[in-house]
Amino acid sequence: MKNEAVKVIKAKKKYILEQWFQNQLENDGLREDLITNEDQRIQSEELLNSLTASISDNNFDNFQSRDFEKVEEILSGIAIARARRGFSPRETGAYVFSLKTALLKTLSEEISDPKVLYTESMRINSLLDNFSIITFETFIKGREDVILRQTDEITEISTPVIKVWDGILALPIIGTLDSSRTQVVMENLLQEIVETGSSIAILDISGVPAIDTLVAQHLIKTVSATRLMGAECIISGIRPEIAQTVVHLGIDLSEIVTKATLASALKMAFGMIELEVRKKATPKVL
Amino acid sequence: MIVTLSKDSIKITREQDTIFLRNRVKEWATKIGMGLVNQTKLITAASELVRNMLKYAGGGTVDIEIVSKGRENGVKLIFSDKGPGIKDINLAMRDGYTTGRSLGLGLPGTRRLVSEFEIQSVVDEGTTISIIKWKNG
Ligand SMILES: Nc1ncnc2c1ncn2[C@@H]1O[C@H](COP(=O)(O)OP(=O)(O)OP(=O)(O)O)[C@@H](O)[C@H]1O
Ligand SMILES: [Mg+2]
Repeated sequence: MKNEAVKVIKAKKKYILEQWFQNQLENDGLREDLITNEDQRIQSEELLNSLTASISDNNFDNFQSRDFEKVEEILSGIAIARARRGFSPRETGAYVFSLKTALLKTLSEEISDPKVLYTESMRINSLLDNFSIITFETFIKGREDVILRQTDEITEISTPVIKVWDGILALPIIGTLDSSRTQVVMENLLQEIVETGSSIAILDISGVPAIDTLVAQHLIKTVSATRLMGAECIISGIRPEIAQTVVHLGIDLSEIVTKATLASALKMAFGMIELEVRKKATPKVL
Repeated sequence: MIVTLSKDSIKITREQDTIFLRNRVKEWATKIGMGLVNQTKLITAASELVRNMLKYAGGGTVDIEIVSKGRENGVKLIFSDKGPGIKDINLAMRDGYTTGRSLGLGLPGTRRLVSEFEIQSVVDEGTTISIIKWKNG
């Protein structure tokens, strides 16, 4: 038995596309600032072409059919692109839903038997619902990618190396010191040591929430690398609660020069390069 | 007797989840009025166990509970994974023992940081570790 809906969809492709596009235009979800009408039309046409090409009597009620892979691929592409461009979930959802509206409308115009119309509409419904789910899944994935990229960017910018004195560098670290962050910190630091010819680096960890074995190892590695470059590394900003935790954990930081505050580390650094900070002597009044 | 007052569950599948977990633990510890030192110890312990879970078992779940015993409140964390399990628990609990070319301080250090520590592990089935930090413990 030939499937009515499949027949209608294939025969009325052009009409459906027009309807769909009409729906999109009427939709308040159309974002001309993010995508041109022309691009949207091309996208929609590609999607509908692929849908009409893959839909058949055999796969119509089986949305898990591999025949729809191409459709799903195009749909995912559209969803990811939209997530990156800043479309809202509502706008992205409306895009797929308006196709459903167009399909259902066309069916209702073409199929006169109410019973057939009902079954066919239900089938279209579940097929399109599945496409919507795919769209949402990929849309969220697209958003997550954006977040991950931003995380990387934050890592980049939040590890500045500051030259506090001739020969003395300071690196305030704020936030969690994970592996990728350590890599960035270490690279920046070693680079800066070479460029400025500094002999002392102060790593200030006042802004690091906790030191566990991994963070400790990262610190130890950074210190050893600095030493290999011929410079000395002081770690400052160890808060009391962190000191207690490190001791209980059993981490041995005795090889590392540590100071409670950045100020005391700086003072020590001055001593190491034989500088002295003194209060200016007031001239004696005779 | 230990009574559970509220609970939540967090899935761990990747490194970013550890930050989320740490913030959650901090939130709950603050809620029961735990001091800064104990909070830091608990967060560090959680950090160790969740890292092991990711590194050796590829992820798992952390149940987080507020518990009470008599007049004392505390935060309980249960780390369960379906990883390879630990063959010799006594050995794994020893300072410096590691199969991951690390410091080998995660498990023994965690035990020192918390008030109560329980470990169960079956080879090829997985590992469950539960810890409690009492507010004043
Ligand atoms: N969830 C787990 N599943 C399987 N094996 C584990 C698990 N947790 C720990 N182990 C085993 O126990 C050993 C000791 O763990 P521990 O956390 O004490 O040290 P580590 O992870 O090797 O080093 P560190 O934690 O100091 O960086 C590990 O090397 C690993 O072999
Ligand atoms: Mg460990």
